Amino acid sequence: MAPIIDVADLHKTYAGAKSEAVAGVSFGVEEGEVFGLLGPNGAGKTTTIGTLTTRVRPSSGRVVVDGIDVVADPVAAKRVIAVVPQRPNLDRSLNALENLTFHGAYFGFSRRDRRRRADELLAQLGLEGRGDDRVDNYSGGMAQRLIIARALMHDPRVLFLDEPTTGLDPQSRLFLWDQMEALKARGVTLLLTTHDMAEADRLCDRIAIVDHGKVIASDTPRGLRRVLPDAEGLELRLASASDPSSALAALGSVSAEGDGEDEWKVRIYGSDVAPGAAIAAAEAGGARLVDLRRIEGTLEDVFVHLTGRDLR
Amino acid sequence: MSSPGATPPRSTARPAASSWRAFWALCERDFWVAFRRQLGGFLAQTLLQPVFYLFIFGRVLPEIGAAGQSYGTQLLPGVIALTLFFTALQNTALPLVIEFSFTKEIEDRLLAPLPAWAVGVQKIIVAAVRGIVGAIIILPLAALILPGGVEFNDISWPGFLGVMLIGPLAGAAVGLVLGTAVDARQINVVFAVVLTPLLFTGATFYPWAALDSLKWFQVVTLINPLTYVSEGLRAAVTTGSHLGNGWIALGLIGWTIVFGAIGVRGFERRAVD
Repeated sequence: MAPIIDVADLHKTYAGAKSEAVAGVSFGVEEGEVFGLLGPNGAGKTTTIGTLTTRVRPSSGRVVVDGIDVVADPVAAKRVIAVVPQRPNLDRSLNALENLTFHGAYFGFSRRDRRRRADELLAQLGLEGRGDDRVDNYSGGMAQRLIIARALMHDPRVLFLDEPTTGLDPQSRLFLWDQMEALKARGVTLLLTTHDMAEADRLCDRIAIVDHGKVIASDTPRGLRRVLPDAEGLELRLASASDPSSALAALGSVSAEGDGEDEWKVRIYGSDVAPGAAIAAAEAGGARLVDLRRIEGTLEDVFVHLTGRDLR
Repeated sequence: MSSPGATPPRSTARPAASSWRAFWALCERDFWVAFRRQLGGFLAQTLLQPVFYLFIFGRVLPEIGAAGQSYGTQLLPGVIALTLFFTALQNTALPLVIEFSFTKEIEDRLLAPLPAWAVGVQKIIVAAVRGIVGAIIILPLAALILPGGVEFNDISWPGFLGVMLIGPLAGAAVGLVLGTAVDARQINVVFAVVLTPLLFTGATFYPWAALDSLKWFQVVTLINPLTYVSEGLRAAVTTGSHLGNGWIALGLIGWTIVFGAIGVRGFERRAVD
């Protein structure tokens, strides 16, 4: 079966920009999958979503959703997709219920159908009884839930979520995770971008890590964790006048980072590094132990490993 | 909160959403907001300025002898034109600037199943209707304010209705150009710099033909689409001299097409990067 989202060799240079925002991105998403786009700010995630949702015209490349070429037939594509944007864009002249019913009207639902769907979705997203409220009075979490309800009004086959839980409290975040899992169970395909590695780890079937406009890794969360030289090991904080890594090199592959004030963070990778041996080796090398912890491969480690520590 | 698993069943078949239906639904939304949610605001924004012009220029100035008694008759077509044109212009330009830059409200409409340019055209249509509604309300108010009341001699209905329909379209088209071309941070400046000249070079407060003795200014006014709206109404409802009918039609339709085309293109550029 052909993937429901098919992006092939996508390039985008914005008018007046010097470099490409997206420089050859390709990926496919199977129907019913939850697919995550991860990457630092400015990596090209939002541009990629923009091309899939008709808001950005690709410079070149192919973008297909549910068999529809998005560039050639954006109107048909808009019928099968829905978008939960990075920043709230509710219609502030309308109350919450009207935000849903008018959205339904844009998609041709009859007056009765859109009212019924709106009531169901308000209830489903925990907004029962708040339909008559002005959306200005909604909290961030409520607004985000209403935006998701609005996106579901026209029963999309593919839902795009651009950093859906950024800035929400833990309760709202858990609630939205549950919602996304329920949608997946219903067969809706989700494509989401996020900085939240826990979110990506929990929700996504597959993840593409994007940086500088390119996909630099793409796999299941578990597969990605294996990308690290060694996913497991020890991290020691050592007080030492000189780089202590040479004393520890016998234990495994070592990386050390000094803070410039005689304190070093040393990582020894390997699944069977014994803490006692590590402490003994460090002290034998003239260092004093400050702290020690076990490290396990997390998506965050993978992410930082792949995209570096530089601020964007 | 209900359990997350309780998603609505996919019972409602997805309707075959046509672009026309989406277009109409967008209009419905705008009319709902204008005439139900924000009626007071709409009336104040639309009527305040023309009512003051009618009162000061049509009533007060003749009363204190600073203008002729019949000035009101000359003024009325201009004030109706101004209401048509500026209501439509402002109701296109201002919301667009705000929705594109600050509230991002436009995004949900751009995802409705119709071409992006059609969302721009829809803005023009709705703003034009608001202009027409405003102009219609001005008429009875003018009858109250002007000392001579409203007396249309020899009204030419086809001309009157034609200008009432196309005049606000011209204003909305200019508004679409402004609303899509202007950066949100400069909107205050641009509005001051553009609207004031438009207002005073639009043959609203004087018949165009009377500018004979100020030839250069008479020529300048021809650049302003509002001139053709004012003169069109003057031609339709008064017996005084006015710009030729053919020129009025050409100016109205021509400027509407020119600004409409630039505006829709500008809208598309803002809507799709």
